[in-house]
Amino acid sequence: MSEEFAIELKHLTKRFGAITANDDVSLGLRRGEILALLGENGSGKTTLMNMLAGIYQPDGGEIYADGHPISIRSPRDAYAHKIGMIHQHYKLVNVFSAAENIVLGLSDEKKLDLKQTNARVAEICARYGFDVDPKKKVYDMSVSEKQTLEIVKILYRGADILILDEPTAVLTPQETTKLFAILRNMRRDNKAIVIITHKLNEVMEISDKVAVLRKGKYIGTVNTAETDAQKLTDMMVGHSVTLNIDRPIFDAPVDRLRVKGLTCYDAEHVKKLDRVTFTARGGEILGIAGIAGSGQKELLECVAGLCPVAEGSIEYDPPEGGSVELVGLTPMQIRRHGVALAFVPEDRLGMGLVGSMGMTGNMMLRSWKRGKNPFVNRRQPKALAEKVLTDLEVVTPGIDFPVRRLSGGNVQKVLVGREIASSPNVLMSAYAVRGLDINTSYTIYNLMTEQKMKGCAVVFVGEDLDVLLELCDRILVLCGGRVSGVVDARTATKEEIGLMMTSHGEEAEAHGA
Amino acid sequence: MKLITDLLVAAIIYGTPLMFGTLGEILTEKSGNLNLGVEGIMFMGGAIGLGGVYYYEQAASAPSFAVALLIALLCAFLAGALASLIFSFLTTTLRTNQNVTGLALAIFGTGVGQFVGELMRLKAGGYVTVSNALKSAFTASPMPAFLQKIPVVGPILFGANWFFYIGVVLAVCMHLFLKKSRVGLYLRSVGESPATADAAGINVTRYKYLATIIGGGISAIGGMIYITTSAGCTWNNEGLSGEGWLAVALVIFCLWRPLSAIWGSVLFGALMILYVRLQVSFIPTELYKILPYVVTVIVLVITSLRNSKDKQPPEALGLAYFREDR
Repeated sequence: MSEEFAIELKHLTKRFGAITANDDVSLGLRRGEILALLGENGSGKTTLMNMLAGIYQPDGGEIYADGHPISIRSPRDAYAHKIGMIHQHYKLVNVFSAAENIVLGLSDEKKLDLKQTNARVAEICARYGFDVDPKKKVYDMSVSEKQTLEIVKILYRGADILILDEPTAVLTPQETTKLFAILRNMRRDNKAIVIITHKLNEVMEISDKVAVLRKGKYIGTVNTAETDAQKLTDMMVGHSVTLNIDRPIFDAPVDRLRVKGLTCYDAEHVKKLDRVTFTARGGEILGIAGIAGSGQKELLECVAGLCPVAEGSIEYDPPEGGSVELVGLTPMQIRRHGVALAFVPEDRLGMGLVGSMGMTGNMMLRSWKRGKNPFVNRRQPKALAEKVLTDLEVVTPGIDFPVRRLSGGNVQKVLVGREIASSPNVLMSAYAVRGLDINTSYTIYNLMTEQKMKGCAVVFVGEDLDVLLELCDRILVLCGGRVSGVVDARTATKEEIGLMMTSHGEEAEAHGA
Repeated sequence: MKLITDLLVAAIIYGTPLMFGTLGEILTEKSGNLNLGVEGIMFMGGAIGLGGVYYYEQAASAPSFAVALLIALLCAFLAGALASLIFSFLTTTLRTNQNVTGLALAIFGTGVGQFVGELMRLKAGGYVTVSNALKSAFTASPMPAFLQKIPVVGPILFGANWFFYIGVVLAVCMHLFLKKSRVGLYLRSVGESPATADAAGINVTRYKYLATIIGGGISAIGGMIYITTSAGCTWNNEGLSGEGWLAVALVIFCLWRPLSAIWGSVLFGALMILYVRLQVSFIPTELYKILPYVVTVIVLVITSLRNSKDKQPPEALGLAYFREDR
């Protein structure tokens, strides 16, 4: 039986210090098949695949290629066995052109001949339906272009076994459709494909088989045709979870944040927001949709006082009455005015947390100013850290373990947990569930809804349109720094929003709630 | 006119050691290693290079310039390579902080250079120097006399010493290596994004080691050139001080481009000796001496305003790389 596997993993184990990332995992990949690798955060999906790609060395177990045992000690060995991996964080050199990135590390040709490379790239593109300009510099590329380049790079090396780590996390629905068409072309070409993902609807759409990991252990493989989202979730989490997001209606939404004609520029004087006007209401979740870089980050930063506002006003109405103009205040002043903004930055480790500190230290970042004692109070942050640890089920060896060394999802949990703990009146979050598994995502959706029902105005910048449509009350769509419309999440469709994300539809205004 | 010609000729003499120091450091930094130890490396290159020539001349019955030149180059290169090997081992293999290691190397190298120089001086009794014949050979131009006699252009373009022309050829070679060759492309990828290079199957450690060791060797030659030309083949403990730091500044000034190092080093050479050639009585010489640094700061300000992606330092400059880091 095992001969028909292109790659077979037997009893692989990998440990990082005290953490066992993979525990006795056995798995097989076949050619002409798309295998979805499913699991919660920290369940060891990426670690497992990194061992195939030669990034990590297994501590135990064997890897077989076409029935023969092989050892993959480096990425070069992986290429020799025709294994190519597209990492979640693209491995590209920004100042190089596409062609230069593609030839990196190839030793078969003696002379550096970019013209010949360009010709071969064009051939690969034609075969699978890619669109890559070999001369374009990576720093000029969009996320989707970079991903395409990564795939072409791996195909150029003649890879037969492709591993994609969360390929759709940063793509728009349209780009995802395009990617899936390409993956199907490659399947037809008899390649073995592994796709690591959290998104169940994508698993159902693209894969032939689904392998599930839970807490580093292999749970099982099922045929996609014979399963459904609910069964997969149960396998992944280990117990039953409901997959519907509860969307209760808050009786009396009141205006909390009134943004009028907000305009801002970045450091290079490029206009990032163009006369953005909207209202966020207490007791409502306002979703913000848009292609990455359409001004979501700047919008949240303007409100939080982190980004200078060129024009426009941000009026905040505290629950106790009155009105405060937020423009021109420092983040600290904004808080002193009784405005509580909980901000989950996009770059969670860069802006939200201090990587080398433990959970307690990071909780303290919000509370260190409290009290008159010259020494900081450690007791409260510690209690909060412990609460977040149990409430959100953070996987960590201890609350003083550096957060940098936790898996992405766990880092996110620490950050969201801390922000929600300050019981804000306005809760803003950017990509709060980016890279989070389904179970944690739902925990966070529930926390958002809980805040909403407390009368908090929630602003939720999201990537997954399905989620936005289920979770939010209204959705503001941004396109190139401008508002292309506000839609009612209960009636809008994914296609409608996808279209608004790419064009300033005037007619979209008509849907405004 | 005479003033400008003289200034340029002197600028080339003073700029040549810097050119080597800078070219070496460019190569090092292209691999992502920020070796701040150039100052120490140049001290070691200067003392040991001079030592090589001195003892060769003592031992040989009929010393030839060609052999002396080769020995000087080789001794200096090996001294710099050894110092950089220490740096590479610490930063690449043991992943220590590059800034701290570089600063330590600067102090260490300065000490070694001064120790070796002082030791030679004591052994020789008095001071260490070579014969006048060799001295003039080191400063003479390899170009034919008729070219040097062309008015204005002659002394500037064809009157420089051997090292200047070697440096120009080296700069052009390095440019072609970095821009056109496969190995050069790989080296740049290591400095820009070691994780990418590693995933592409490039041996990051080997590239870092080789670039740093060869780069350090080239930098050390710069120290030797200063001693054998500007300092008249005589060791003096303070002669080289500041030279290595200027080279580090010049790397930034050149925006990591070897070709720019040619004119950049001449410009810095001119700024270094401006206080001799263009003296204004009420300006203290100390103010003149900070000119190269002031120019570097201005260039940094201008390039950061432009914010061009192609004019940035290698992206992973100064960062240790560990494959299994998470």
